[in-house]
Amino acid sequence: MIEFEDVQKSYRVEGRDVPALRDINLEVRAGEVFGVIGHSGAGKSTLLRLINLIERPSSGRIRIDGDDITDSRGGELMALRRGIGMIFQHFNLLSSKTVAENVRFPMKLAGTYSRDQMQQRVDHLLDRVGLADQANKFPAQLSGGQKQRVGIARALACEPRILLCDEATSALDPQTTQSVLRLLGDINRELGLTIVLITHEMDAIRTICDRVAVLDAGEVVEQGTAAQVFLHPRHRTTQRFVFETEHIDEDELHDDFAHVPGRVLRLTFQGEATYTPMLGDIARRTGVDYSILNGRIDHIKDTPYGQITLSLIGGDTDGAEQALHGAGVSVEVLRP
Amino acid sequence: MSDFFVNIRWDEIGVATWDTVLMVGGSMFFIVLLGLPLGVLLFLTGKRQLLEQNTFYAVLSFVVNVLRSIPFIILLIVMIPVTVLLVGTSLGVRGVIPPLVAAGTPFFARLVETSLREVDRGIIEATQAMGASTWQIVMGALLPEARPGIIAGITVTAITLVSYAAMAGVVGGGGLGDLAIRYGYQRFQTDVMLVTVVLLVVFVQLLQMLGDRLVLYFSRR
Repeated sequence: MIEFEDVQKSYRVEGRDVPALRDINLEVRAGEVFGVIGHSGAGKSTLLRLINLIERPSSGRIRIDGDDITDSRGGELMALRRGIGMIFQHFNLLSSKTVAENVRFPMKLAGTYSRDQMQQRVDHLLDRVGLADQANKFPAQLSGGQKQRVGIARALACEPRILLCDEATSALDPQTTQSVLRLLGDINRELGLTIVLITHEMDAIRTICDRVAVLDAGEVVEQGTAAQVFLHPRHRTTQRFVFETEHIDEDELHDDFAHVPGRVLRLTFQGEATYTPMLGDIARRTGVDYSILNGRIDHIKDTPYGQITLSLIGGDTDGAEQALHGAGVSVEVLRP
Repeated sequence: MSDFFVNIRWDEIGVATWDTVLMVGGSMFFIVLLGLPLGVLLFLTGKRQLLEQNTFYAVLSFVVNVLRSIPFIILLIVMIPVTVLLVGTSLGVRGVIPPLVAAGTPFFARLVETSLREVDRGIIEATQAMGASTWQIVMGALLPEARPGIIAGITVTAITLVSYAAMAGVVGGGGLGDLAIRYGYQRFQTDVMLVTVVLLVVFVQLLQMLGDRLVLYFSRR
């Protein structure tokens, strides 16, 4: 639905071209939540702004629903932007307007809504984001989470097909982050809205994204489903993101390995397999003993998963590994 | 006590006060009318702004600086032919308004430009992302967001005009400042000087208070 084809973007700084994005080829599917993760300066802000042409690509094409939008200008560009909502890290609400006026603002700019329609939509949207009783307050009187909810209501005002989220939860505390992410997930399902979000927090990706691209120094280094990228990170940058979220210190982990004998494996369960008691079963059948070095059971979007690092000691180690493979568990050998 | 105020003619002071109000109020009207768009134009054509136009900005900025660097008393005299052309006379309250506008407009325009620059760029970007035209961004987002700063700018400009207007006596403009200079200073009538200066202080205080109230009202923070 949103396609990037060989997109490059560079900025002219003191007469020299400094590349910000290189060889970007991406496809965001209709109705999905697509995450772009990267450290600050990786180019994710620029990437997001190419979709509503706040930034223009230096070369390459961008298509939405098959229409090449790369060269849109004037009225065509304004119409394109009206179909794309955007929310921001620092909310960017107008401090001089009330909550209701902020939500009404994009409809007023569009000029295609009657007074009654606008009022109806404002009421409906504020109700949907849970702020019906705050309509006449000014943004300065709201908390961060409430401001972002106003931002979301405002972004949805003109019934967009796409919602762009620019680090939308980075300025919020963990609890508020979760509730805002949940709201975005609900809206994605209810309205069939395509969401593109950029973030440096793996947790945000894990909570709502269907698919992910990892951006490093202006290049996409890895992409795939959230589960794939999160559970089997291949690129160094991705691995570091995953370790950061799980609070794993790599050096410490390898220290732990030195203290245990046997074969060290990392097992990844997904879906229903997460809840079956296969580990004990296999251990009994093959006579191996195991000690767990590290583990986590959680959800990626709606899929439960478990990831356990353990060492197998004694018994039929090869047989146990085979049995795990056979049970649909993904097995990585960290130390043979 | 009554001996001290022997030179005071209250009717003359009344006329002078009214003249000052007329000069400041009348010129302020035109200054806002001209300076606001000029300030917006300066802002928009500046570096990294919506309508960046380096050459145009440099020329406009230069003209504004030139007007701002001419001492008002010189401007008052140099402008006499233009003033006659505009209002038919170079004398009295009417004759003072064009030079006051010429001096105040570039001053106010700079203040407008500065307060527009204070508006968070994120707000401009958000409005752009909604599909707003440049005109809509200015009218719908920039001016409302900069309103407290612009009102503060009007207050500062109006108070500056009060002191400029004191030189209006040169062309027979009258007003409180003129009274203070002619009677108080030149004729050593200390009582007249005292009363007019006190009135000027009160006038400036009132302007500042009114401005501050409005700024507070419009700053929704």
